[in-house]
Amino acid sequence: MVNPVFLDDMKIHLPNSAFLGNIDTFIRSFDSSAPTSLNITANDKWISVHPVVLSLIASLGLTIKPENIICQPLMAKSRHYFERMGLFRLLGISSGIQVVAHESAGRFIPLTQINNSGQLTNFITEMVPLLHLEPSQADPIKYIVSELVRNVFEHSGSKYGAILCAQYYAKSNSIRIGIADAGVGIKRTINQSWPAKTDLEAIKLALIPGITGTTRKEGGTEQNAGAGLFFIKSIAKVNRDFFMVYSGNAMYKLLKTESSKQVRLYANPDKDKHSENEGLPRWQGTVVGVDINLDHKSEFSALLDQIRKAYAEGVKERKRARYKEAKFI
Amino acid sequence: MIEIKFFPKVGVFAENKDIARDIRINELIPPLERGESLTLNFENVTNATQSFIHALISDLIRKFGIEVLDRVFFKSCSENVQKIIKIVVDYMQE
Repeated sequence: MVNPVFLDDMKIHLPNSAFLGNIDTFIRSFDSSAPTSLNITANDKWISVHPVVLSLIASLGLTIKPENIICQPLMAKSRHYFERMGLFRLLGISSGIQVVAHESAGRFIPLTQINNSGQLTNFITEMVPLLHLEPSQADPIKYIVSELVRNVFEHSGSKYGAILCAQYYAKSNSIRIGIADAGVGIKRTINQSWPAKTDLEAIKLALIPGITGTTRKEGGTEQNAGAGLFFIKSIAKVNRDFFMVYSGNAMYKLLKTESSKQVRLYANPDKDKHSENEGLPRWQGTVVGVDINLDHKSEFSALLDQIRKAYAEGVKERKRARYKEAKFI
Repeated sequence: MIEIKFFPKVGVFAENKDIARDIRINELIPPLERGESLTLNFENVTNATQSFIHALISDLIRKFGIEVLDRVFFKSCSENVQKIIKIVVDYMQE
């Protein structure tokens, strides 16, 4: 069978390596100019990528008819991983890759599409055994998945729901999670209540506790406080891990805190050690990637103490900024 | 005093905000409007998200004032659930 050739399709190249530390190169290489067809190419030798890369590709693929997706036959030795993770199943295309039953992909959650609240609750219950987590390790992971997926339901407006997958990495003893949606993006959501001029500004506003697109009221609405992303950034920071948000043409990435430094949580994401990028290929929705190292034994309850302190400081700072003195002339 | 048990409704991890909203609208607001007191029993619920607790109690504080906490009691909360409740109560008073 001859595959169709689309001259001006979107292009994604699966590189040799793309994890949160070096994901900027992968994102910059993604060509999102023609959103009706997709051409996937890959490194021939070895492909090792963060789950967020798979979630991004799958999420993008769902917006395109399977007959308009071309995927070059994968030659890399690690190609079976992509079949195991369900990438081709979700894209609706055949990979031609045969997976032998005894080939283990380890502790992982394959690409999963979650469309509603009930599915999410079931998924959270079922995912813990898949990752072989102890209860204390499972708490932050369940928390992250719940908050991120509910953000998709409530804010993205995506008709494809949330796409996520996760993988345990024995070498670093960490769980890496990627969640993507093909919705309206953070700027459009935040702009319902806040005047963010750029995608980066909108992402940073969304990371501040108490800022939500649903209202300007302090404390949020009855259903929404605007604290979900702040909590997740805080979980990553306390664990000295990476966390990234990519939406529109911008990406905010929390960088690792060195082990020699004390961790301090901030309500203002500008105060965290981070990198920011603008002018990236436009991602219509939102993509979030996070790493959680299981070596760090910081208790979830201790993290909540730090969050409470940072949250209160953040609200006070905002109040001070709004405070006006009487002018006597 | 009316007691609402959460474990049968949400399991060990309270995260479903839709359930929180339904409980708030159908089981918390009506008795509070009648002037009654409530006990929210979190026995066997080991963890909750801030979003769940926010969806459950923030509107009570907004509707009835912070004095509502003299009529709403939190029972058998795990350390984590207690801390999440404190975070929400804190920022609703700022």
